[in-house]
Amino acid sequence: MNPKDLVTTARNTWCPGCGNFSIMSAMRMVLAELDSEGFPVENVVLVSGIGCHAKIVDYMNVNSFYSIHGRTLPAASAIKIANPDLKVICFSGDGDSLAEGLDHLIFAAKRNIDLTLILHDNRVYGLTTGQYTPTSPQGFKGKSTPAGAVEHPMNPLELMLVSGASYIARGYTHGIQQLQTIFKEAILHKGFSFVDVLQVCVSYNNQYENYNKWTYTVQGNDASSFEEAQKIIRSWNYDSSAVPIPLGRLYQIETQRFDQTFAPYRQNLSERDGKIKALLENFV
Amino acid sequence: MDNFSTLIGGIAGDGINEAGITLARLFSRLGYHIYMYYDYPSLIRGGHNFSLVRASRQKIAAHMDQIDVLIALNQETVEKHSMRLKDSSFVIYDADKVKIDGIKQKGCGLTITQILKEAAAPAVMKNSCIIGGYCKVVGIDWHVLEDVLKKHIPKMLELNMQVARQGYDQAALFCHMDSHANSRTDKQAQEPQPILTGNQAISLGLIKAGLEAYVAYPMTPSSSVLDFMARYAQDFGIKVIHPESEIAVMLMAQGFAYAGIKAAVGTSGGGFCLMTEGLSLAGMAEIPVVVVMAQRTGPSTGLPTYTAQGDLHFVLNAGQGEFPRFIVAPGDAEEAYYWSGVALDLAWKFQVPAFILTDKIVSESQYSFDIDLAGDMTSELKEQTQQASLLWDGQGKYKRYRYTDTGVSPLAFPPQKGQVIKTDSYTHDEDGITSEDPQITRETSDKRQRKGQSLARDLERYETVKVFGDEKSKTALLCWGSNKGVCVEAARKLGLRVIQVLVLSPFPEGKLKSALQGVDRLLAVECNSTGQLARLAGFYGIKTQDWILKYDGRPFSVEDLQAELGRALA
Repeated sequence: MNPKDLVTTARNTWCPGCGNFSIMSAMRMVLAELDSEGFPVENVVLVSGIGCHAKIVDYMNVNSFYSIHGRTLPAASAIKIANPDLKVICFSGDGDSLAEGLDHLIFAAKRNIDLTLILHDNRVYGLTTGQYTPTSPQGFKGKSTPAGAVEHPMNPLELMLVSGASYIARGYTHGIQQLQTIFKEAILHKGFSFVDVLQVCVSYNNQYENYNKWTYTVQGNDASSFEEAQKIIRSWNYDSSAVPIPLGRLYQIETQRFDQTFAPYRQNLSERDGKIKALLENFV
Repeated sequence: MDNFSTLIGGIAGDGINEAGITLARLFSRLGYHIYMYYDYPSLIRGGHNFSLVRASRQKIAAHMDQIDVLIALNQETVEKHSMRLKDSSFVIYDADKVKIDGIKQKGCGLTITQILKEAAAPAVMKNSCIIGGYCKVVGIDWHVLEDVLKKHIPKMLELNMQVARQGYDQAALFCHMDSHANSRTDKQAQEPQPILTGNQAISLGLIKAGLEAYVAYPMTPSSSVLDFMARYAQDFGIKVIHPESEIAVMLMAQGFAYAGIKAAVGTSGGGFCLMTEGLSLAGMAEIPVVVVMAQRTGPSTGLPTYTAQGDLHFVLNAGQGEFPRFIVAPGDAEEAYYWSGVALDLAWKFQVPAFILTDKIVSESQYSFDIDLAGDMTSELKEQTQQASLLWDGQGKYKRYRYTDTGVSPLAFPPQKGQVIKTDSYTHDEDGITSEDPQITRETSDKRQRKGQSLARDLERYETVKVFGDEKSKTALLCWGSNKGVCVEAARKLGLRVIQVLVLSPFPEGKLKSALQGVDRLLAVECNSTGQLARLAGFYGIKTQDWILKYDGRPFSVEDLQAELGRALA
């Protein structure tokens, strides 16, 4: 399969230079590669929230559930439980999963359900034209915080680590090779995979210069070590920009998954009649 | 005897609900129909609980204020309920704790506390002991009680039997009531039937019709659906999930449906508030979902464990934008069973949200349940709505939102080789890709409205409006949901007609107007303060002359409604 087969007729409305293009290209290449390796693309379901990130499902000729703001994960969770043969990949924004739908994100990690979540983390609300988000630095001057955001940002990777995510990585939209590697690892990982992508919003929060200067790929780390992952993750807190920003796979372990607890069992309806009558006897 | 009411009361934690069910089972074995109202405050320990168990030779779904026997496990029960006693009534009480001085009716004090102490039995066994005495007083043979205890007491059966027998023997010494309860020879006696809550009947109806997943966050009075589904999940192969919030609940149900799994959710008003954004998604994305919406007294937290019919207009209008929905309000356990199955089927046939709108009374009261009387909703469905007929035929390119005459697009679930299945919360084209085109916007809106019209046509074959009582009477009661039982009974006594509107959306205007033929005085009977069905009917030009409304959290008793009707019709 050629990645070009995964393009739809929908007209793309992302701004020129938007980091979302890199995420989409990387994902198309990974899905095409998986298809040629024997994992058919029709077994993939993409689920999105609402925001600039979410348009990706309109642009990819793959099964999709274009959900509502913040609600990517509950829909995706049920799709996975309904049919464990499907690979379910979620696209979400920092407003989407860290503000409106934060509870779902924590619970998906807590359950370690076998899903992949790609966080298009541009650290600004793009579609609503420039407000601060949970990962914007303190002092961020957005339309809703003209005097500068009072709050410090949250570190989503740290949150995911303590919540139970079993695969955690960070990529950057200027590193498409690395995005491919991470996406493929995350999709093949059995458990909840969280990928934070530093996605540049050219219109409202252009961080290219900053990220180009400070990002580096972590090498030789022991990804199975909680403590080591925590140390690396805490080395940049999304607030000050003048520290190195680690990229790459930061944490990966195998552990029990929520989706394993459901028997792949669909009962014949005619069996039910007898069972209902028998059950009713218990209520006499 | 035709009717016999017993009230057992005590504090929360005494097992009053279970004790009431035991009484219900006794009468069920004697061939009676049962209705039990359970009244409890929203707390775990302490506070006053009571079960009002009514046995009748006729099918019933309402309680009476007056009682034949009062079983008092504490003094508060006597104080709160002695006004319910008739001259012929009898009080059975724990003589070690309760005094009935000043009560003119006959009493039977049993030394419950002492019996339990001597037997070294735990406090909760006072129910078995006092029910033992009750059986003797009322004239229920020992073997009937023995049979019920053997079947339903899971733990320490021997000890329970022992204290029950002691209660029975002690009552034999000095207490007797000439009740004829045990007259099994009565021709009207029926075979013992299962005793179910409306929520259990809803669960079974959904299971019968093919439910495969149930998702809910606990909220009274809907929680017992979740409990039932979770308990029997393995038996029926149902995936049961209790997630982080009702918001997640509503989205999970739709994830299931996208993948081809029939799902239902359950909640009460507050939880349903959280579900409304997801409900609107179901409307736009045309995803089938069944919502069990059990009303309680609002607004806000209101009275968590008490009843109301205050959310009809909320459910009719919930969710932004315009989209069709099915709403049914069953009035008893049989209707709950049958219509829950129908709701699941219609949700999938028309790809719409379907509501089973109950209240605390239908959801948590106990009813004698006759599965044959309830009817087999699947036999009716088989011809027209086999799942296969709803599915894409596999020809050509799949379009999730293909335009059709009925408005209903064939379904397909991933994976489908060479096909793409897209669902979308935005306005979308036939392929499920977002569009802001004005023509597509109008066409998709028309498509949704066509589905509503197709649903309304399909409902013509169902009894969406029922008529009871004197069908020639020019005075009729208009009711919905749990008021069915009390209206039917009061109307029978007063020679009135009763019109029950079962389906509230799409509104069965034609059937309701036929049912109203010859009526010149229509009285709306509702458990809310604004006459919600009356207002809805008014929208279709149907005028109600009187509104009999109750909004104190408690259901109408038969006497309540008779008195109200007496005043209104005087």
